[in-house]
Amino acid sequence: MEKSVVFNNRLLPYLLLVPQLIITFVFFYWPASQAVRQSFLREDAFGLNSEFVGLENYQSLFADPGYYKSMLTTLVFSSLVAALSLSIALLFATQADKNLKAAGAYKTLMIWPYAVAPAVAGVLWIFMFHPTLGTLARPLRWMNFDWNPLLNGTHAMILVVMAAVWKQISYNFLFFLAGLQSIPKSVLEAGAIDGAGPMRRFWTITFPLLSPTTFFLLVVNVVYVFFDTFGIIDAVTGGGPAGATTTMVYKVFADGRLGGDLGGSAAQSVVLMVIVIALTAVQFKYVERKVQY
Amino acid sequence: MVEHRPWNDIIAYAILTLGVFIVAFPVYLALIASTHDAATVVGGNMPLTPGGHALDNYYRAVFVGGSRAIREPVGQMLLNSFISATGIALGKIFISILSAYAVVYFRFPFRKTAFWIIFVTLMLPVEVRIYPTYKVIADLHMLDTYAGLIMPLIASATGTLLFRQFFMTIPEELLEASRIDGAGPFRFFWDTLLPLSVTTIAALFVIQFIYGWNQYLWPLLITTQDSMQTIVTGIKKMLYTTDELAEWQLAMATAILAMLPPVAVVVFMQRLFVRGLVETEK
Repeated sequence: MEKSVVFNNRLLPYLLLVPQLIITFVFFYWPASQAVRQSFLREDAFGLNSEFVGLENYQSLFADPGYYKSMLTTLVFSSLVAALSLSIALLFATQADKNLKAAGAYKTLMIWPYAVAPAVAGVLWIFMFHPTLGTLARPLRWMNFDWNPLLNGTHAMILVVMAAVWKQISYNFLFFLAGLQSIPKSVLEAGAIDGAGPMRRFWTITFPLLSPTTFFLLVVNVVYVFFDTFGIIDAVTGGGPAGATTTMVYKVFADGRLGGDLGGSAAQSVVLMVIVIALTAVQFKYVERKVQY
Repeated sequence: MVEHRPWNDIIAYAILTLGVFIVAFPVYLALIASTHDAATVVGGNMPLTPGGHALDNYYRAVFVGGSRAIREPVGQMLLNSFISATGIALGKIFISILSAYAVVYFRFPFRKTAFWIIFVTLMLPVEVRIYPTYKVIADLHMLDTYAGLIMPLIASATGTLLFRQFFMTIPEELLEASRIDGAGPFRFFWDTLLPLSVTTIAALFVIQFIYGWNQYLWPLLITTQDSMQTIVTGIKKMLYTTDELAEWQLAMATAILAMLPPVAVVVFMQRLFVRGLVETEK
């Protein structure tokens, strides 16, 4: 894949790389290394003095029940969002794939929520389900259901999950539809001739052939839930009530806010970095290999 | 499809209609809320049909600001969002097309190293290194500036990878021909490579514009003056005021305004958008 015909200038390629390298070093490597450094330091509240404390920040982090709680919250949140948004999107995509004429129009009607900012999506959903003024909270009240996402942690989690799923369906739909349309129809026809009904064909032919797309989307969705849902959580619950929707990324933000526990926040950042690098490595290792059709 | 079953079509249409309904309903509700007065919205019995206060609400949201709170009108926020989203998109295109050109069309020591240095940034979104990046911006005196809003968000490899991939597909004969015609690296870039890349540039612009417009955490941290905040960060401040009732009808009007530009981009430039989305993920 390398070009065999190239230019021979000596200085020019470096000059071309300079803008990106400067920005990458100043705004990426320098802060990232500072996060690692800071995770071994303890700063006073004014940031004037800092002393090297070794692994103390990590020790207190892993001794903190709140951190395990945020890990559990992240796990619950990301499994729910990934599972729901993937299966709902797959359902819509399979239906759209049945009729090629309508598929194009449906695509337009389905994909635009991708462009809605997570924070805005959060505002839309809290408005719908606000305990006192929400239009959809009304029927819940009529049924004498004490719905209150502002006070009840489970309700808050449900609301955040719904908003996050709503926003992610469009993305998954788009990739599933593309994946479905690339499956050769002859394979499905062969299955039909052998007497397999639509459900059987879906589970034994379509779904396995779709697995590279599904796997790719799974990784993308987990990364989405980790980072992009920050805006949703902040707009809907602000991490509350009582930390019920505080994910790991939200905790990095909350703990370091207003110059709070910067060392602890940095240690959390480093843990997150390790997780994301592992996820990306998994993605590159398996996705590259498994995409075969 | 393989066999024709009428009920199958009906089920498909029913499910798809339901899908479109689920996707559209939250936005419809916000649109309706933005046309009623404050009392109707807060009362909890808002009708599902438009009211008569649309002009009033949008005018107040864009030009006046909240009635009780001292709050910036949304007009300024829209401008800030527009400048930073455009800046992020153009900035990323600029630095990444140059670096991809260097990596693909030149041979020089440390070429692979440079590529990997850039590539690693793919792994760590800005959320992970948020406070140290904040400190860098503070040290460079770039808080509350457009440069501060833009620069850290263009430090990413997606654009470079996209252009690299595209350049790889360009036939080598083109470069050979240009060189026979006596073109140097600048001529080749301007007269051959850039015109060929127009679609790729446009696709990347669409994706990055949406990405930039929808940023939340970063603008929230580095803007302290209300006059510098973006529209996406501004909405939440309307809802969580400390000492008074939130003006939901204005917040919903703002939400509609915040959605409009990126959604319009997706709907009207759908082909570029899909292309950008699929290619940046490869």
